[in-house]
Formats: sequence, structure tokens, C-alpha cells
Amino acid sequence: MTVKQISIFLENKPGKLAEVTDVLAENRINLRALSLAEASDFGIVRIIVDDVYNASTVLKDADYVISINKVLAVTVPDSPGGLAKVIHVLGSNGVNVEYMYGFTAQKKGMANMIFRVEDNQKAIDALMKEGIRPVCQEELENL
Amino acid sequence: MERYYQPEIECASREQIHQWQSERLVKQVQNVWDNVPYYRKRMEEAGLEPGDIKSVDDLHKLPFITKDDLRDAYPYGLVARPLDECVRIQSTSGTTGRRVVAFYTQHDIDLWEDCCARAIVAAGGTNKDVCHVSYGYGLFTGGPGLNGGSHKVGCLTLPMSSGNTERQIQFMTDLGSTILCCTPSYAAYLAESIEERGVRDQIKLKAGIFGAEAWTEEMRHDIEEKLGIKAYDIYGLTEISGPGVSFECSAQSGMHVNEDHFIAEVINPKTGEVLPDGEKGELVFTSITKEAFPLIRYRTRDICILSREKCPCGRTHVKMTKPLGRSDDMLIVKGVNVFPSQIETVLMNKGYPANYQIIVDRVNNSDTIEVQVEMTQEMFSDSLKVVAAKEKELVDALKAMLGIYAKVKLVNPKAITRSEGKAVRVIDKRNLYQQK
Repeated sequence: MTVKQISIFLENKPGKLAEVTDVLAENRINLRALSLAEASDFGIVRIIVDDVYNASTVLKDADYVISINKVLAVTVPDSPGGLAKVIHVLGSNGVNVEYMYGFTAQKKGMANMIFRVEDNQKAIDALMKEGIRPVCQEELENL
Repeated sequence: MERYYQPEIECASREQIHQWQSERLVKQVQNVWDNVPYYRKRMEEAGLEPGDIKSVDDLHKLPFITKDDLRDAYPYGLVARPLDECVRIQSTSGTTGRRVVAFYTQHDIDLWEDCCARAIVAAGGTNKDVCHVSYGYGLFTGGPGLNGGSHKVGCLTLPMSSGNTERQIQFMTDLGSTILCCTPSYAAYLAESIEERGVRDQIKLKAGIFGAEAWTEEMRHDIEEKLGIKAYDIYGLTEISGPGVSFECSAQSGMHVNEDHFIAEVINPKTGEVLPDGEKGELVFTSITKEAFPLIRYRTRDICILSREKCPCGRTHVKMTKPLGRSDDMLIVKGVNVFPSQIETVLMNKGYPANYQIIVDRVNNSDTIEVQVEMTQEMFSDSLKVVAAKEKELVDALKAMLGIYAKVKLVNPKAITRSEGKAVRVIDKRNLYQQK
């Protein structure tokens, strides 16, 4: 009940991010979500794609350093308080969120959130108890 | 009028200098043969015994000694006197694995300080001067050497050491410093700081003695103009004694080697063959008066040219140009000796690839060093925190190895150009060495 996220190391230089998106576009890989974290001299691009295997292969071929991690994708109502509920569930169950980012869902009135947590299973258990079911990889690919 | 600290020595005839060198060399060779097994072995390997060295003209027969020998013999292997006769240790800038530890008897310190005194007098110093020493004190020879020389001249000595620019300028204005001794880059920095504070008219400096790193004529003119002084170069190395192995006179056209203490040769670094005056090659020194730590034919790796043309200042000792380069890959950054191999060792130990580049620059008169390292699959993580921590770990390890801060820049794989043949490991943007 997790999805795979690809993280890519990037130097902090103009045009570097465009090079990554070009590689993906040329190989007809569709981005579901993208987030950028930056330090002073480098950045990390995190992406969720429709085809993880293909994307990781073409990125490696283009000499990128990448890392693949399992993260949680949760669909929340696109309305005030929609996200708050999920965060409360994670927080009250002692799940530490390292980072998170969102993207819109194709389903009207809903939004998707990606959560990177220390312990995926603990987070899944906590969410399921509250009736929140994280999206799995297959669902994401078919979005 | 030119003044000298020891005129009878500094202006001695060439014959006299030749005679001193011969007598002292013969004695020194006998001394190391008797007291330093390391040297005796080297001489035996070369099929030599002390009797083969009858004058300075036989010097070329003796084997060279290098920094590697110093490392092999570390710490006591080249000491020629019992330790109870030694009173001081100085060391080269913090370079693990390449550290040089030099020993001094009181007599050695005395002669070293004489050499520095000669440099101070050549720069116009007298007992009426206030000598402001902003070289580092401690294991580094800069501070102690000029400090001792300043005492000998009778200057009022300010042992400022390096750093704390605010206080440096305050003392300079309050106590009327007239001679400044420091690295040329620090002098340039001080000059700018003085200008910024608008206190130039309260500065009484007339001369500066600047060494321990390479600097250009342009930099000299800039410092001279900004501080309203004459700027003199001084050269030295811990292995041979410290600053004052050679120094500039009023002619400001090369540094007189104190030949009564040090014999200078220039060799072809590839063949070891001695080159005639006027030819560019590697500088080699023999310390003929040193008691505790005598070095015979020590290869400095500094490239320079010797000249015995008559100097208008009246000194007769041979002159050397500023170093024009190095015959090894050593870099001097902020006065600290840095070898690319040290950086490579740290990278290897931390699991980084051997493909790296070192970029040295001078920004606002201060040296900077950046190490570019390619990111690897193993080092990478999706967490910024983890990658930043690894970067910090590398910075700390480099600091421990080099003794100075080096910026680490993680770059994409294959971002560092692969060269065909010899890799370009170092890019020195400072252009410190003038082409001759």
C-alpha cells in the first residue's frame, strides 16, 4: 500500500532541472507529481511517475544518481480540513513525517498527498484504523 | 644609503663566500656522517665518504634528500645532536602524513634570527622602528623567526600573530607600527581594511616584509600604493630554518640567499643535473651551519632562477627569483601546504570516487579552496538531511587532514571532465606565478 518515488540528485545550476524533465519527456514518461528540495549547492528532485521501471532506467542511462523509496500516497478531499485529518492521525500515532507534497487528483473534488515517513507500516496501520486507505502503486499507475 | 645587519658577511667577496662554504660544507658532511646514520647510509649507497667532499665544488656528488626522506626519518631520524642540546621544534603547516618537524639548538635559533635581522635591516629597519609581526606564532616559523630578527635589530616588537584585524589596526595606529611582517595576502587585506576605515593618515608604516606564499608584482604595487610603503619579499622553509633563507634588498629584484649558512643550487628536476646561473630549475639547499637538523642537498620543489650579477645594494650573496612554480603538485593555500594526494586520501576513505577536482582561487585577497566531488549511488539519499550530513562529514575530514577549511561541492556524475592522459586535478585561478 505504498508507491515508489524516484529521487534525483541535481547540482544547483540553471537548466539542470530542465535537463531532467527533458529526459522524461523524450521517453514519454508522465509525471504524476514533482517536488524540489534544495540545499545551497545541490538539490533533490522527487518525482512520482506512471512507469517507475522505465523512468529509473532512462535516468540512470543519462548518468543521474537516483534513489527509489517507498512513500505513502493518500487521497484526501480537496476541501478545508481535508489534509488536517490525515496529519492528525499520523501525529497522534507517533508517525514522523520527513517531508510531504501534494498533487491534484483526476477525480474531481479530491487531492493526493505524498508522505515520506520513517515507518511506512506503522503509518498504514494508523490510517487504515481511521478508514483512510493509502493508494497503491497499481492504482497510481492507472490514475 | 644601504644599511646592513652584518656588512662584513653580507658584502663579503665571492672568494670569501666560497671559502666559508667549502670549510663549512666539509665540516657538515663529516658531522652527518658521524651523527646521522640515515645520511651515512645514503652516502655509502652513493659510494662516498666524507673525504670525497673537499670543497663546495664537490657538492654535486652528494645524494639529494627529499620531503619523502624527511617523512621516512620522522621524527628523530635526521637529528644530528642529542635531544638535550635541542631547544626548539617548529613544524610545517598541518599536513598529516607530510608533516615536517625541524629541530633547533640555541645556536641554530641564533643564526636563524640573524638571517631575519638581515632581512629587516635590508627593509630599512633600525632600533627606532616598531616592528608589527602578524605572521602566525606557534609551530609555524613565520612569527617566531621575524620576532627573533626584530629583537636582534632592536626594534620595538609587536608579536601580534595573525587574525583579529580590528585589533591589528588599532595597535598599528596607537603604537605607530613602522614595519609590517605578514603574508602578502594578509597585507593586502589589511590595506583594504585600513582604507575602509579611513585611517590611512594615522598609519606610520614605511616598509613591509611579506612571505610564506607566492605573490605577483601587481600585488606588490597594489600593497605599496595602498599602504604607502615599500614591500619586500622574504623566502624560507621550515626544513632549512624558516623565513630568512633569502630576502629582498632595496633593489627589489630577487632575494639574496644567506650563503654563509645555506648553499643554493638549481637543478634540472628530471635529471638532477646542476644547472648554471640564469637557468630555470628546482632550488636545492644545503644548510652548512645547522647543528640540530642539517639538510644536505634538500630538494625544495620550488622552481626558480639564480643570479650572481652584481647587485646595486652592495650585497654579494647570490640572488634567487621569486618561486616561479613547483616541480611537484603542492599548493599553498592560506599559507598552508596542501597536496592533492591528501584530499584524494580523504575522499577514498569516505567512499567517494577518485574523480575530483580542486579549485583554488583568491577572493578579496583571501585564498579559497573548493573540492568538487561526484555524487554516487551509494552516497545519495532522498533525504536532504542525510546528504547534507555526508557533505558536512567530508568537510570535517578535509579540515582534519589539511588544517584549513575546504568547501565541498557535490556535483553530478561525469560532471568533472575526464581528460585523456593526465587528469586535471587542480585548477588554480590565482595565477600567482609570473612567467619568465
